[in-house]
Amino acid sequence: MLSIKKITKVFNPRTINEKIALHNVSFTLKEGDFVTLIGGNGSGKSTLLNCVAGVYPVDHGNILIDDINVTNLCEHKRAALLGRVFQDPIMGTAANMGIEENLALAYRRGQKRGLKWGISNKEREHYREILKTLELGLENRLSTKVGLLSGGQRQALTLLMATLKRPKLLLLDEHTAALDPKTAQKVLELSDRIIQEENLTTLMVTHNMKDAIKHGNRLMMMYEGKVVLDIKGEEKNKLTVEDLLVRFGHVSGEEFANDRALLS
Amino acid sequence: MVQIFMGAISLGLLWAIVTIGVYITYRILAIADLTVEGSIVMGAAIAASAIIRGVNPYIAIAISFIGGLLAGLVTGLLHTKLKIPSLLSGILTMIALYSINLRIMGKANISLLRMNTAYSAFENLGVNHNGAVIMVGIIFVGCIIGILYWFFGTEIGCAIRATGDNPQMVRAQGINTNTTIILGLMISNGLVAVAGALIAQSQSFADVQMGIGSIVIGLASVIIGEVLFGKRNFFSRLVSLVLGAITYRIIIALVLKLGMSANDLKLFTAITVAIALALPVFRSYLKPLKKSIKKAE
Ligand SMILES: Nc1ncnc2c1ncn2[C@@H]1O[C@H](COP(=O)(O)OP(=O)(O)OP(=O)(O)O)[C@@H](O)[C@H]1O
Ligand SMILES: [Mg+2]
Repeated sequence: MLSIKKITKVFNPRTINEKIALHNVSFTLKEGDFVTLIGGNGSGKSTLLNCVAGVYPVDHGNILIDDINVTNLCEHKRAALLGRVFQDPIMGTAANMGIEENLALAYRRGQKRGLKWGISNKEREHYREILKTLELGLENRLSTKVGLLSGGQRQALTLLMATLKRPKLLLLDEHTAALDPKTAQKVLELSDRIIQEENLTTLMVTHNMKDAIKHGNRLMMMYEGKVVLDIKGEEKNKLTVEDLLVRFGHVSGEEFANDRALLS
Repeated sequence: MVQIFMGAISLGLLWAIVTIGVYITYRILAIADLTVEGSIVMGAAIAASAIIRGVNPYIAIAISFIGGLLAGLVTGLLHTKLKIPSLLSGILTMIALYSINLRIMGKANISLLRMNTAYSAFENLGVNHNGAVIMVGIIFVGCIIGILYWFFGTEIGCAIRATGDNPQMVRAQGINTNTTIILGLMISNGLVAVAGALIAQSQSFADVQMGIGSIVIGLASVIIGEVLFGKRNFFSRLVSLVLGAITYRIIIALVLKLGMSANDLKLFTAITVAIALALPVFRSYLKPLKKSIKKAE
C-alpha cells in the first residue's frame, strides 16, 4: 500500500544548521494497517508525514502509494490519495468559511473544480447526517464560521474532512496534542472508530505511549531520523508501556554507545 | 452643492470597481497588491488609445479588461512561480507598467474631449454628464457584483476564497494554490483596468500618472465600507464596498469644500487609512486602560 524506500531528508544542507531529519528510512504498510508512530521531540515524525504528503521534497529515496510513485508529485496532486489532520487545529480548516463550505472543499479533494455551484443541497443533507455522528450539535450549524468553533470541534471536523472522500492513506500528526485531555480522548476515539469502520490505512503520530499501545495494529518508534522499533501483530497486542520504555532505552542506548564508540 | 454630490457619487461608483478589485486581493487573497496602481492606468491607456482610433468604447473597455488580466497574470507568476514576495511582485509589475503604459499611449496623456465614450449614449438622450456616469456606473457595478457573487460561490471561487484563509489546508484538499492566487490577481486587476477605462472616459483624458495612490484610495474605501456598512454575508460585503467608495468620495468632496488644498488630499487619505488599519492596535491599548479605570472606580 505505502512503500517508503530509503528516504533521506536534510534541512539546510551544507550550512551550520544542517539537520538530517530523516536518514535512510524504509518501511511498507499493508492495506488496512493502522500504525501508531512515537518518538522524542525532533526525531523526525512530522518530517516523515510531511514528506509522504509532499510538503517537502525528499533528497533521496522513493515513496510509493498503491504502486504509484509519488516521490516527485507536488503536494496538491498527492492530496487526492491522502487525508490529513494536523497538530494545530487552525491548520486543517478555513476559519472564515462555514462548516459546510469547508466540508464541500474536502468533498472535492482530488477532483477537478469547475464553475459548478460550490455546494449542492444534496451534499448538505449528507453533511448533516455525518455531522450528527460527531454528537457535537454541529449538524444544526452548517453555515457557522469554523473560526468560531472550539479546538476539539475543529479537529473533529478536520477528521471528517480528511475522511469524507475515502483517502488511500490517512496521516494524523499529533492531532489531539493541542486539546484538553478529555477532548483529546474523545477525538482519539472518534478517529479510531472512523479508521475501523472504513478500514483506513493510517499513520498516526502521538506522544502518548499508552495511546500508541492501545490503538492500531502496529507501532513504530523513531529516533534521530530513523525508525528504530517496528512492532506488530501478537507482539504489539501484548506490549506494555514498561516494555516500550525498556526497548526504547535499549535501542537509543545502543545508538548512544555506538556514537561513543565512534568518538573514542 | 447638488452638483458636488452628484460628482462624488458618479466618481464613487467608478472607484467602487477599483475597490472591489482591491478587496479581492487584500481581503480574499490576503495580499496587498500594488499592481493596481499600474493596471488602472493601463486600462485607461488602452481604452483611450483605442477610442481615439475609432474603436467602439465598450469594445475598448473589454480590451482594457484583458490588459488588466495580463497585468495580474504577470504579478501572479512572479509571486508563485518565481517565489518573489507578493508585495515586491506587485511593485515590479507596477513599475514595468509605467513604461508599457507610455508605449500604449505613445505619450504621457491622451485627451478624449468630444470623443464617443461609454457615456455618450446616455448623454445623447439629454442626460447630463454626471447623470450618464452614474447610470453607466450602476450598470457596470451591478453586473460586476452579480458575476462575482456567482463566481465566488462556484467550486473555483470557493477554492480562491479558502486560499487567502488557509493555503496549507487548501493544498491538502488537492487545490493548486498557485493557480488560485494567479486567478484572483487576474480578476482583481482586470476589474481595476475596467475602472481605469471608465474613469478616463469620464474625466475625458488618460494620464500616465493617474494611478498614483489608487491602492490607498481602494483600501480606504474597503475599510470605510466594512466599518460603516457591515460585513454579514458576501453579497452585503460587495454592496458595502460600493457604498464605501461613494462615501470616500463624498468625504473628499466635503473636505475640499471646507477648504483643504487638493494637494493635501493624498496625505489626508494616507493618514485616514493608517488610522483605520491601526484601529485594532488602539483598541487593544484601550481595553486594559478601560479596565483599570473601572477598577479604580
Ligand atoms: N522546515 C524545517 N526547516 C529546518 N529544520 C526543520 C524543519 N522541519 C523540521 N526540522 C528539523 O528536523 C528535525 C525533525 O523535526 P520533526 O518536526 O520531524 O520532529 P518531530 O518528531 O515531529 O518532533 P515533535 O515531536 O517535536 O513534533 C528537527 O530537528 C527539526 O528542528
Ligand atoms: Mg511533530
